[in-house]
Amino acid sequence: MFAGLGFSLGSGEALVLRGPNGSGKSSLLRLLAGLLRREAGTLTWNGEDVDDDREAWRVVFAFAGHADAVKPLLTVRENISFWAEIAGAGTARVSDALARFAIAPLAEVPARFLSAGQRRRTGLARLVAAPRTLWLLDEPSVGLDADATESFAALMAEHRAGGGMIIAATHIELGLDDATNLVLG
Amino acid sequence: MSAIFSLIRRDLALAWRRASEIVAVLIFFVLAIVLFPLGVGPDLAVLSRIAAGTIWVAALLAAMLSLDRLFLPDHDDGSLDLLMASPLSLEAIVLAKCCAHWLVTGLPLIVCAPVLAILMNLPWEGFATLVLAMALGTPTLSLVGAIGAALTVGVRRGGTLVPLLVLPLVIPVLIFGVGAVDGAVAGASVSGQLMILAAALLVALVLAPFAAAAGLRLAAE
Repeated sequence: MFAGLGFSLGSGEALVLRGPNGSGKSSLLRLLAGLLRREAGTLTWNGEDVDDDREAWRVVFAFAGHADAVKPLLTVRENISFWAEIAGAGTARVSDALARFAIAPLAEVPARFLSAGQRRRTGLARLVAAPRTLWLLDEPSVGLDADATESFAALMAEHRAGGGMIIAATHIELGLDDATNLVLG
Repeated sequence: MSAIFSLIRRDLALAWRRASEIVAVLIFFVLAIVLFPLGVGPDLAVLSRIAAGTIWVAALLAAMLSLDRLFLPDHDDGSLDLLMASPLSLEAIVLAKCCAHWLVTGLPLIVCAPVLAILMNLPWEGFATLVLAMALGTPTLSLVGAIGAALTVGVRRGGTLVPLLVLPLVIPVLIFGVGAVDGAVAGASVSGQLMILAAALLVALVLAPFAAAAGLRLAAE
């Protein structure tokens, strides 16, 4: 899919993946998340090969793919709590996550009644409910309205100000200031 | 560890809120057995002769019905990707999902089996062994079934393939399950058959999570 690719990311930095459809933006993110195998090359975190300790790598990043992984039969709160528990973060930050994405009034509503944008926000709320250093985001703004995109940009800025990192695939401006661009394809 | 229990709890909650799927499995199990006396006639001697086999075959097929739902919904909505990228090991995830699957399909089958055994005129001596053999056999069905479900998760309309993949592997469970009940009815010792069922369960418990996890990793690529 791609060869001769190299990049590094420091604390507080962001990398934006660009390129036409099918150029491998999603594949690169899945590869970073360990869902695709690398044919060649290395991926290191703090100088350590991530293949040496996959469990340690998996608590570094949060992955938000195309699909929201929101169960229609569970309520919004149950969905977010579930992923927070799976991440080992407990449910302490769930209310905070609901508030950040302006879905607190929908907390007890089964997710099957949500609109596409509300479902996307429920999916992204995982990022707040289970804090991780590196966010791997695949077209995070799809389905979000202007207000939600703006508050998500603020959230990303806050994350980076706290030393977090972001790698995002996108076609539109996400509001990531002075991010490095990586053009694929 | 608590993350694994949240996964089991979520799967149980989802199954409970979509109870029609559990009920469909049970209805299939009950109907398949209820139709037998009508089909072969009311001869009680014939019915009690075929009781154990009928109940086991129906249980086996009923367990197959729900298998394609084991990983497919999680695969389709992206949950499986997130689970695989989570700190949990994929083998533990498979085990947790099998556990939840058994609780919502295997356990109800075990509860229904004695009632249906009355209908099939199974001699009383066989009842305890039937329940015990099913308690040992049905978890094996869920575990081996997970391998088939994992291998077909990325295949379009793979659900029809699952029974073809899984049934040949669980035939020993059928043979020794029926053998145990028939042995108990005949007054023979059944510890041999039960121990083989237990051994099959232990082997499946150890190997199936690894095989299913490998299948899921392939499907994710």
